[in-house]
Parts: sequence; structure tokens; C-alpha cells
Amino acid sequence: MTPLTRKQMAWRAAQDLRDGQYVNLGIGMPTLVSDYLPPGREIVLHSENGILGMGGAPKQGEEDRDLINAGKGLATLLPGGSFFHHNDSFLMIRGGHIDVSIMGAYEVSATGDLANWATDGDTRAPGVGGAMDLAAGAKEVRVLMEHNGKDGSQRIRQACTLPLTGKGCVTRIYTNLAVLDVTRDGIVVREMIEGLDLDALQKVTEPKLVLANDWKRIGAPVLS
Amino acid sequence: MINKVVDGFAAALAGMKDGDTLLCGGFGAVGEAFALVEAVIELGVRDLTVVCNNAGSGVVGVAALIKAGKARKLICSYPRSSDPQVIDELYARRAIEIELVPQGTLSERMRAAGAGIGGFFTRAGADTKLADGKELREIDGKLYVFEKPLPGDFALIKAHRADRWGNLVYRKSARNFNPVMAMAGKTTVAQVDEIVELGALDPDAIVTPSIFVDRVVRTP
Repeated sequence: MTPLTRKQMAWRAAQDLRDGQYVNLGIGMPTLVSDYLPPGREIVLHSENGILGMGGAPKQGEEDRDLINAGKGLATLLPGGSFFHHNDSFLMIRGGHIDVSIMGAYEVSATGDLANWATDGDTRAPGVGGAMDLAAGAKEVRVLMEHNGKDGSQRIRQACTLPLTGKGCVTRIYTNLAVLDVTRDGIVVREMIEGLDLDALQKVTEPKLVLANDWKRIGAPVLS
Repeated sequence: MINKVVDGFAAALAGMKDGDTLLCGGFGAVGEAFALVEAVIELGVRDLTVVCNNAGSGVVGVAALIKAGKARKLICSYPRSSDPQVIDELYARRAIEIELVPQGTLSERMRAAGAGIGGFFTRAGADTKLADGKELREIDGKLYVFEKPLPGDFALIKAHRADRWGNLVYRKSARNFNPVMAMAGKTTVAQVDEIVELGALDPDAIVTPSIFVDRVVRTP
């Protein structure tokens, strides 16, 4: 059994994005999703700092220091893209205009509560950025995170132990072990990696899992 | 004749006093009026409240201002941006107060101030501890938190081009908070790369109309 790499997790999340969707990718691992958008689909990336139609990193020699992504890395603009100010950008987010938000998380609860801005014992200045706006306003919030903490701790919890970003907002979770949906009937396992069974997955997941009738294996390609 | 173009930063910042609230544009290092903000340090004003999405990066601009001990309080969404050495050091010894606000709320609070709106209800943060002590209201079955306007005594913003009336255009993602801060500042000062003849800016492309701008100063 080999857990997915970060790139494979990002690849898997990218496969669910549909032609024509407006998508916001959070900083960190979700940013990698832009590298694996399925060819043939026009997916418009929104960046909170006022960009629609954001492209990837610029080629050498084409860098523009006035064009950055939410993680403050250099970015590009695709044909059809546009720039706007912060109010319009967050109006798009809060007003339900963004189809999908993919964010990282520390914890997700069985009812889709999201905790992704503050950890225990971090003595540095707290930061929330646009996470609460996205949690409250995106049509769909999906989470991309390692299934467990580095110390083996549970991250899919019955109830979040860390400060909430939003309540009942997460609909789908992509981890290095599985794809899980948050439903009224609980956490439903849609996909698992090769060699993993429900018992083994349940051992590293706090809420009771339900296996979907049509569950399948994640067929992620090898990505270098 | 209207001429908002001023010569030098001392004229650009005239009238700033202790305890003022400064709205400082920029997202990370992009769209921040570095030289203008750093010129505040020379004025000798103190106990400032600085409103800025981040707490500056490195030791320039907003980071330089707070490192110099001029700010009592920072209102922001994400203080630890790229190279947060200054805010890390200040926060570690609790030398600055931080009011943390969701990013869209930060922006909308300034819009409310500029638009003459007495506040608004937003869902962002309503279910979280950032709503502690704030009024909550259920509207059509969803929980909202009341947020108040956030005006500034000064808005220190960065634009690409201006004319002498103070019409502004921006470059790419350097627009960010600057237009909304321009609306919310009692005195709005724009640091610009270039000043062009009146009429040279395409009226269809002007992002900040001159009414929101009081002074224009060129990047040295």
C-alpha cells in the first residue's frame, strides 16, 4: 500500500473539475491542482488578489512582479483573464459566484466543519486570509489534506478540536488514502488507494465511515 | 485649476497626527506604496493604527513602519506573509496589537466607510471565534455577523498612472486593496509611477475616479 504523493492528491482533485467552472485554489498543496487540470476543459482559476483566468508560473524572462497569485508567487494571465479590485474579488467569493474552492485543512468534521487557520500552540501572529470568506460563500468547498497528522493524529474528526473556519461547508475530502464525501448519512468513502480496505481506513479515521456501493480504487498516474 | 500633484512626501503626508488610522494598500509586496509609507517614519507621528492585508514583508514599507515602533495596532487578515520577520519579532514580545479580520470583511468594511454605509452582515466568520463579541443575526436561515465600517484618516495607496485631477489606473494584480482604500481615506494619497496629461487616461479604463483622491506623488 503506497499513499498518494502530494502531486497525486492534487491530480485527483483536479480530475473532478468540470469544463466552465470558476475555481479558487488555496495556498499550499491546493495550488498544485493547477498543474493537473484535465486537458480540453476550460477551467477559470480565481485568485483572491483580483484575478480571473490565472495561469501558471511565468517562463524565465516573462516574469512580471505586479502579477502574483494568492501565495505571493509569480503568476501569469490566460487569454480571457481579467483584473479587478479586492471588493469585487471577495464579492465573487461571498456571493456564491465561485463554483469550487479547494483548500487545505488541519481538520474536517463529520458534518463538514472546517478548521484550517489556527493550530494549538502556535505562538506566532494568527492569520486567516480569505479562508472564512471562501468557507462561507463558495458553492462547494473541497479539502485537500493528508489523512492524518505527522504524529498519526486524526484529522477527519467527529467534531473539530481546532478553531473553526466555517461550519458544515466541506462536501468532499481528498487525502493521500481516499476520496470521501461529507453527506447527511455521514462520511462516505468513494475511493481508496490500492491495497487499502475499509477496516484499515476506519482505524485512521474518527467518524464512522460508510462505504459507497460503487466505490473504486484511485488510479493516480505516477507523477514526477 | 485642480492640481493634486504634490512635490515630495512631506507635502503628501501633511496633516498626519498621532493616533491616526492609515489604510495601506498592497497584497504581499505588490501594490504597496513603499516609499510613501516609509516617509511616515520621518514625521515623528506615533500610536498609529495600520490597516493592511499583511504586515509587510522584509523590512520595507509597512514592515519598516511597524519595525520603527510607530504603530500601536495592526488590522489585517494575514500578517505573516512572505518574509514576516518584523511582525514575528514584534508579536513575540507583544509590542503590537493585532485585530484579525477575514480578508473579504476587511475590504468590505472599508467599502462601507467609503460608501456611507453603517456596516453590514456577512456570513464570513459568523460561526467562528472571530465573531466573538459581535452581533449575530439569522437571515433566511443562515447565520451572519455584523461588521462595522473601517474608515482611515489617511489612505496611502499605490497606482500606476495618475493625472493632475487624481484619476488612477493600476497594473495587473497591483490593484488589490488600493481602489477601496482610496474611497475610505479621509485624505487619500496615491504614490504613482507616472503622471500623465489630463485627458490622457482612457475614461473607460479609469479605475479610481479623481473624486476619491486628494494628493498624488510620484515614486522617486
